[in-house]
Amino acid sequence: MGATPADMPIPVDWYLYLSAALFIVGAAGVLMRRNLFIILFSLELMMNAVNINLVGFSRFHENLVGQNFVLFTMAVAAAEAAVGLAIATALFRNRQTLMVDLFDRMKG
Amino acid sequence: MENYVWLIPVLPLAAFIVTLLLGRWWIKESAHWIPILAMMGSLGLSLAAFIQIRGAKEPVVVELWRWFSVGSFQVPFALQIDQLSAVMLLVVSGVGLLIFIYSKGYMHGDPGYYRFFAYMSLFAFSMLMLVLASNYLLLYFGWEAVGLCSYYLIGYYYHKPEAAAAGKKAFLVNRVGDFGFGLGVMLIFVSFGTLDYVGVFEQVSAGAAGQGVLIGIALLLFMGAMGKSAQFPLHVWLPDAMEGPTPVSALIHAATMVTAGVYLVARSSVIFASAPAALLVVGAIGTFTAIFAAVIGICQKDIKKVLAYSTVSQLGYMFMALGAGAWAIAIFHLVTHAFFKALLFLGAGSVIHSLGGEQDMDKMGGLAKRIPATYYTLVAGALALSGIFPFAGFWSKDDILGSVWRDGKYLFWAVGLIAAFITAFYTFRMIFMTFFGKARMDEETQKHVHESPWSMIVPLVVLAVASLLGGFLGLPGKLGVIQSFLEPVFAPANHILGIEEHGLKAIDYALMVVSLLVAMLGIAFAWLIYVRRPKDLPLFFGALLRPAYKVVYNKFYVDEFYAATVVRLTVDGSRWVWHRFDEYVIDGAVHGVAWCWQGAGRLVRPLQTGRVQNYLLGMFIGVFVIVTAVVFL
Repeated sequence: MGATPADMPIPVDWYLYLSAALFIVGAAGVLMRRNLFIILFSLELMMNAVNINLVGFSRFHENLVGQNFVLFTMAVAAAEAAVGLAIATALFRNRQTLMVDLFDRMKG
Repeated sequence: MENYVWLIPVLPLAAFIVTLLLGRWWIKESAHWIPILAMMGSLGLSLAAFIQIRGAKEPVVVELWRWFSVGSFQVPFALQIDQLSAVMLLVVSGVGLLIFIYSKGYMHGDPGYYRFFAYMSLFAFSMLMLVLASNYLLLYFGWEAVGLCSYYLIGYYYHKPEAAAAGKKAFLVNRVGDFGFGLGVMLIFVSFGTLDYVGVFEQVSAGAAGQGVLIGIALLLFMGAMGKSAQFPLHVWLPDAMEGPTPVSALIHAATMVTAGVYLVARSSVIFASAPAALLVVGAIGTFTAIFAAVIGICQKDIKKVLAYSTVSQLGYMFMALGAGAWAIAIFHLVTHAFFKALLFLGAGSVIHSLGGEQDMDKMGGLAKRIPATYYTLVAGALALSGIFPFAGFWSKDDILGSVWRDGKYLFWAVGLIAAFITAFYTFRMIFMTFFGKARMDEETQKHVHESPWSMIVPLVVLAVASLLGGFLGLPGKLGVIQSFLEPVFAPANHILGIEEHGLKAIDYALMVVSLLVAMLGIAFAWLIYVRRPKDLPLFFGALLRPAYKVVYNKFYVDEFYAATVVRLTVDGSRWVWHRFDEYVIDGAVHGVAWCWQGAGRLVRPLQTGRVQNYLLGMFIGVFVIVTAVVFL
């Protein structure tokens, strides 16, 4: 890893640790929680882990491409939240529940 | 000639397409016009070609396009005009046109009117292709196409089970012969590397093939001819084919298609002349068929069946002539036979028409005064068939017997002479039973007896004139117009056989007188039995020859023999294969494969839990493994 820029008080490693931790929490949530809302929140966590990563490196490399990219990610995340919530609503109307382990009609 | 020849077959083809597509909803009751006009066009162009080819030494070959081009297998889609195909063209389009006109009256009001004319046009196209082909493969195409049309038209009244069965029988029996024909064509290609007539005949004349190969080719081709021209033992389909409408019987099963076998042998005259053993087989089969079918003809009660067996017998005569190397005379008999047999069939159709569909001669009689036009024309046809001077049949049949005599085949000659006697007998038996004596139909039919419309009478009259005068085309010896016209086609074959033109000697006149006397004797005999003493003599002879009569009446049990052997064997064999091979091996293999995959599916089925998180876990693990591998390896 190259030298940290002079005006960067926290070294880039810490960003990576934080991002990795956040990502693991999110992935665990997606894989293990039963409630569809919690899964959606966990997805947001994973996305934000990526954002932190991008921002950290943007600062580290002293160019704005990473930050630029984060703006797009946020927009997509907002759209995804809208779609995800709409799906959740539709599912609830059909099955009166949001516990994903009950949605197993495709069982072979 | 090169630029219009293709139109000769294409005109009827166009008529077929138009009539078939538009006939049902639009043309309907006037469906006859387009085919008739197309046939007129073909006839006109055939006449033009006929006049232009007169005296030409070489055939004219018009290549339209290359049909097959695979390595050394080159087959052009080419039409060939020479004197032989010109004569055939005139017969097919001329007799065809007359029969088309006749059909306008005969088929009037039939629900399948347009269908009839469409198939007839398709037949005309196929037959014209057959005679115009310049190579064996194109000939084979026409050959199969006429067989197909024959199948369609025999089964024209498809709601009648007998008609449907007869169509199937004709198709299947012809397959037997065509199997041989197909093998013959292959053998020609293997031996000579080409299928063009010109190329093949040149190589045969130059002695490029051994005697064994030539005999093989000749016999295989003759097998096809036996099927199509209904020679013993493949004759069984033709009498059954009479289930079709009468114009079909006249055009396809008397005048044109069944003579395709004769045409094939005459066309391949060089091959047959180089294989004398095969030529002997042709003569023997022809002679045997001539008398065999004539004998059966004596005992038939159905007027069309009499004519059908007569056709088989006359085709036998043609093969007898071919067997003696008298190619031109065989074609001459083909032409005269086309005239008078078409006339007889159309006349019989007119009789049937006037009686409202009755075909049994036991229920006819006394019609001479009621339908005079039909009567006189039909008698002209009968005189021609019996070979009475100066009708066409006299000249051609006598030429055949004369040429067989000159060839030294006295046994064939004697058999042919007896067959001529029988021919005259059964022909006039038919005339006497139909037109003489007391009327034997019921009151209702008798009241409705009527002469046929002009569209049926005109073709009858034209054909009657042709039957009267047609014979003068082929006067014996050096006087024969048709013989000298066909000379360029048959010169190579005659050269191989060493046949010279001959002048008329005393023996020829003697033979003529003998055959004329024999024919008149046959007529007199028929007159004695069926006019003079119809009450007791038919019964007397029937009782006297009871066992023989029974055998002949049942057509020598040939059909029964086939049913008990070939058909039985095929059916039982197929059933065995069905129950043993098909059910166990084929079905077993298919079911086995299905069973294997079913088992495999059952094995991996639990992997699909239907829970989305399980799949996601799999995805994460997969990505983790890949990333790890990329980063650390």
